[in-house]
Amino acid sequence: MGLGTSLSCDISMNTRLSADEIRKYQNSELIRKLLNGAKTIAIVGLSDKKERASNFVGSYLKSEGYTVIPVNPLKQEILGEKCYPDLASIPVPVDVVDVFRRPDEIVGVIQEAIAIKAKAIWMQLGIVNRDAAELAVKNGLGVVMDRCMKMEHGRYNGNLHWAGMNTEIITAKKVSRFI
Amino acid sequence: MSEKRKFGFETRMLHAGHIPDSYSGSRAVPIYQTAGYVFDSPEYAASLFELKQYGNIYTRISNPTTAVFEERIASLEGGTGALATASGQAAQLITMMTLMNPGDEFVASSHLYGGTYTQFEHTFKKLSIKVHFVDPMDIKNWEKAITPKTRVLYGETIGNPQGSVFDFEGVSSLAKANGIPLIIDNTLASPYLCRPLEWGADIVLHSATKFINGHGTSIAGVIIDSGKFDFSNYPAISSPSIPYHNLNFYETFGHYGFLMKARCESLRDTGATISPFDSFLLIQGLESLSVRMDRHVQNALAVATFLKNHPMVDWVNFASLPDHVHHARAKKYLPKGAGSVFAFGIKALNNNPRETGKKFLENLELFSHVANLGDCKSLVIHPASTTHQQLSDEELKRANIKPELIRLSVGLETIDDLLWDLEQAFHAISR
Repeated sequence: MGLGTSLSCDISMNTRLSADEIRKYQNSELIRKLLNGAKTIAIVGLSDKKERASNFVGSYLKSEGYTVIPVNPLKQEILGEKCYPDLASIPVPVDVVDVFRRPDEIVGVIQEAIAIKAKAIWMQLGIVNRDAAELAVKNGLGVVMDRCMKMEHGRYNGNLHWAGMNTEIITAKKVSRFI
Repeated sequence: MSEKRKFGFETRMLHAGHIPDSYSGSRAVPIYQTAGYVFDSPEYAASLFELKQYGNIYTRISNPTTAVFEERIASLEGGTGALATASGQAAQLITMMTLMNPGDEFVASSHLYGGTYTQFEHTFKKLSIKVHFVDPMDIKNWEKAITPKTRVLYGETIGNPQGSVFDFEGVSSLAKANGIPLIIDNTLASPYLCRPLEWGADIVLHSATKFINGHGTSIAGVIIDSGKFDFSNYPAISSPSIPYHNLNFYETFGHYGFLMKARCESLRDTGATISPFDSFLLIQGLESLSVRMDRHVQNALAVATFLKNHPMVDWVNFASLPDHVHHARAKKYLPKGAGSVFAFGIKALNNNPRETGKKFLENLELFSHVANLGDCKSLVIHPASTTHQQLSDEELKRANIKPELIRLSVGLETIDDLLWDLEQAFHAISR
């Protein structure tokens, strides 16, 4: 989980957001803070189907040491973790609510996230709901929108260097990430 | 230290992509000359194969030395990532195989390297991928060639033998309006002289054999993705991948979907992989790129000016010269210089241009007669008597190659020695 050396990660990439919205909802300082500081991540809409993007994200975050809590009313257990039907049923504090739902279902998720005092809401790639994002910001939540939590983790901590990614890390000091 | 520091081009030439490892502290990039990688456990291996974890499986797909080269060139081009390949031709093949399905079409400039032309025209036919070549000198030709089947627009930063400079803004606007990615071969410029991604291109390719390696020691290619193209509705990237159990590369890897698919499907299955040792040589080449390119363009301009003013020279196609049709465009897109590769024509002696060109080449002492370019050493080739010697004068004309055409790749020798060599060759053939 150590995200020590990342310096910038400001390279622009495909998104539906405008430049102003990128600064607000894909803010590199906020993303780094969330990836570094979060311990418990509730994933709303986590699928048990292995080929789905949400399953990739959940299994990756779990293996990176985060506590992943699946939120899916139709399942008992996903990725070996107990499933909850909604955010309100989760008995422990949640740092980040990562969302795989249609844009028109986001407002409801955010209202729940506010109610359980989650620190941030993360809307996955392709999910854009500006009103919902505003609502979350007004209630003091950090907001990330139209980005993938797994890809951002790999980008910021250098894991995706493996696949030729420009991690934007420049340093002449020895680090431990290769051990 | 400022968190927001944007490091300069030269700093990134030397540092991007490599962090000294904590167990050896090796300052140079280590050469990981290995085929395989030990897995932590069967479960971990399975997650690597499913692409759920990031990590090395087998050097045909990825390698730690190669990853340093990939990240470094991605940083220099201003892309989100890169994929190294066994050659420039392999970079093209892997890119096009990743983006297109049988029955798809693409539009390419006709001002292309001959090997690219042949690959597009003949080999891609076997994959049922159809190319339409257009004269790039008029933007309307691009416009007319685009159909609903068009998946890619393709060109070179500097096209030879014309020495033309790509109309980045014109063609990239067209690409954007039609939702088609623009792919640029930036081999002749290198990222030091031109960065196509900054001018609207979506993907950049290189024959890394040339200026990137810089010393003529490795055959290599590379694909750099801007990460900005919206592949969400692009069939080849956003449809389920059957070998990966219906994984959708766009949904799962987002802006990195193209490069992941290129690596995990096209590179894996063509096997056109670079060796770790060659990646090391490319890394070394990149460390001196800016210094070499500055001297390359300086020497090339001196040689081109000398030829332009020589009574035995008919024409010189070099966009750094003020009378070239694309000089203004070169100043905009290639402000440091339009590379160091260009063609010129000698005035025919005895009304025999092919023989005149051949004799001139035979008399050169210092320019190496080589089918390569972008070496530190100056190189020369006369297509009509070598690569295209089987073609008749009429066929040469159709291939846009004049019988007297000589191509130079101006190197880093003492400039007076290069000019001396050219002058003595002119003198020898005029006797």
